[in-house]
Amino acid sequence: MERILDKSSIDEVLKVYPARRDSLVRLLQAMQSKFGYLSEEVMLAVADYLNLSPSSVYSVATFYAQFKFKPAGRHCIKVCYGTACHVKGAGKVLTELERKLGIKKGETTPDREYTLETEACFGSCALAPLVMIDSEFYGRVTPDSAPDLIGGD
Amino acid sequence: MGLNSLRKESIHEWNEVLNPSRPQIFVGMSTCGEASGVVAVNKAIQDGLEEHGIDAVVNKTGCLGICYCEPLVDIIKPGKPRISYRSVEKTNVSGLLKDYILDDNPRPDLALGAWGQEFKGIPDLFELDFMKFQVRIALRNAGVINPENFSHYLARGGYQGFEKALDMDPEEIIAEIEKAGLRGRGGAGFPTGMKWKLCRKSRNFPKYLICNADEGDPGAFMDRSLLESDPHSVLEGMLIGAYAIGCSRGFIYIRAEYPLAIKRLKIALEHMKRHHLLGENILGSGFSFDIEIREGAGAFVCGEETALMKSIEGQRGTPYSRPPFPAQAGLWGKPTNINNVETWANVPVILEKGAGWFNRHGTEKSKGTKTFALAGKVNNTGLIEVPMGMTLEKIVYAIGGGVCDGKELKAVQTGGPAGGCLPLAKLGLTVDYESLAEAGSIMGSGGMIVLDEDDSMLETARYFLAFIQEESCGKCVPCRTGTRQMLAILDTFIKGRGKPQDIETLLSLGDSIKKTSLCGLGQAAPNPVLTTINYFRGEYEKGINPKLLRAKAHQ
Repeated sequence: MERILDKSSIDEVLKVYPARRDSLVRLLQAMQSKFGYLSEEVMLAVADYLNLSPSSVYSVATFYAQFKFKPAGRHCIKVCYGTACHVKGAGKVLTELERKLGIKKGETTPDREYTLETEACFGSCALAPLVMIDSEFYGRVTPDSAPDLIGGD
Repeated sequence: MGLNSLRKESIHEWNEVLNPSRPQIFVGMSTCGEASGVVAVNKAIQDGLEEHGIDAVVNKTGCLGICYCEPLVDIIKPGKPRISYRSVEKTNVSGLLKDYILDDNPRPDLALGAWGQEFKGIPDLFELDFMKFQVRIALRNAGVINPENFSHYLARGGYQGFEKALDMDPEEIIAEIEKAGLRGRGGAGFPTGMKWKLCRKSRNFPKYLICNADEGDPGAFMDRSLLESDPHSVLEGMLIGAYAIGCSRGFIYIRAEYPLAIKRLKIALEHMKRHHLLGENILGSGFSFDIEIREGAGAFVCGEETALMKSIEGQRGTPYSRPPFPAQAGLWGKPTNINNVETWANVPVILEKGAGWFNRHGTEKSKGTKTFALAGKVNNTGLIEVPMGMTLEKIVYAIGGGVCDGKELKAVQTGGPAGGCLPLAKLGLTVDYESLAEAGSIMGSGGMIVLDEDDSMLETARYFLAFIQEESCGKCVPCRTGTRQMLAILDTFIKGRGKPQDIETLLSLGDSIKKTSLCGLGQAAPNPVLTTINYFRGEYEKGINPKLLRAKAHQ
């Protein structure tokens, strides 16, 4: 994840997809995976490349839950909030993680280490409740075991 | 140009796996496996083989659906059946490898089952309660083959359906699908053959084909598991559909939350390109077709077909009213055929084995099988495939092994946020499109969540309604405003401050939202509230403010 945005690294991502309207969502996804979030600068560059108004780019970006407009933490913790996780106590797991990190869901710790989010469903319902940290999955998490996933105290 | 010589080699390779000259090990590498620690188990297997100096082949496989026993590891020794070991831990791997492979003790204490026979005190896997009532058509290869190995798919009859289709007239193929009685597995149950026919008749070109893999229902994982375990079955179905309808370009619209499924699809598409199953002049037939993957961006409504197409076009994923139907004017205004992952996976088998073989399973109006993601408070959680027409009771008790911790079953929630909660008394219902709809729920894509005596039905209804309200795209008023109102009223009952007349308000509001919403999301949004009022009215009555009840009594 790169933090310093410069024109050439934005251009590098732009040229992956052709300058057509149907590249918009894919370009925003590629930008977010490179820079961690969608800055104003990035969205303006995408608008310019696709010959769209900045407002149409912003309107699409804000429609989809995947896109973030603020820099995220170094690690992303996602608590699954699917039905099976819900009935098996995902709410308590989330509360415990919020307590441990001192932030609410959707927020990032002040030291930019962790962002805490919920996810609609990872589809691993048999192992509910599920937590994903970066790209690792953890199944059958309990309120007691949840804080250990983050490590340290 | 055909696949014959390659298929012959593949069968040879597959036979070497089943009847090996050196031990074969299969590790269940799907998301469920990963969440239960299979990566560490896989590492322990490599270390264990080295430690004991064992020469064995380690394969990865997909998901057999027996999620409650993950991580699963299979071992095939020369001349012995395939044995599945349950809940394997990194700490017991080394012992298992030594005991079975070196010392010939198959460790019945760790085994789940042996494939197709009893073996030294280990039961036949397919005679286990969880497996014996299943009929696996869409999941025919899931957990059996290595999903990243093209030869395995080919050896198991893969692409035979497609090669057969190439020798048929497109109309004949469509007739076969119609005769099979295949209906959309995404939930709505529209006859697949009829859909194809409408799109084929359209005189507008080019035509597009879409696989809807935007499995957004919380509590549903059929499509993820199928794509992770057997991507080619879906891709072969798409090829057959494209040839029958006359489509030149196809898309798989898949949730970004499914990274492993996306990875395996990409690998499978590479196989197809390498073996002339994609691109120009496929297998020398003159038919050309290409498939692209498009990742969703976290919008539940994009599972709705018109919203999905808007999203592929790079727009906000809001639905639009039909007609025109996608078959007339869909993606970029061109005729488009959309089917769900599971529907596509059924297509190759119908071609390969014939409509008559397929429609022997199921009920009069719902043919074939349906996959369900069985989860919640049930002992045997997992992915199952059963003939249409099986009762809920048999699914929950015989296959699912009943409710966890000996508790009482309270309800079974089917069909995701658009579905409903069915009470104990309705457990005799058969799962098919008609009976579930009659009971106020829907088949939906196949999520099935078991709720026990501790679960509040009001909380459950709230969970789904809050989900829908959050995911409403906001385009039409009934869904945008109506679901918010319903949620606000529902909350008064949860807090014990409900007004007596508001149960009726919820019913009439729900009725209006169902009748007037633009798309399926809004039309089904009230279902969880309506079914819980219908079957668990007492819980709503308990949420009425006692003061108001007394006031009413004094009137």
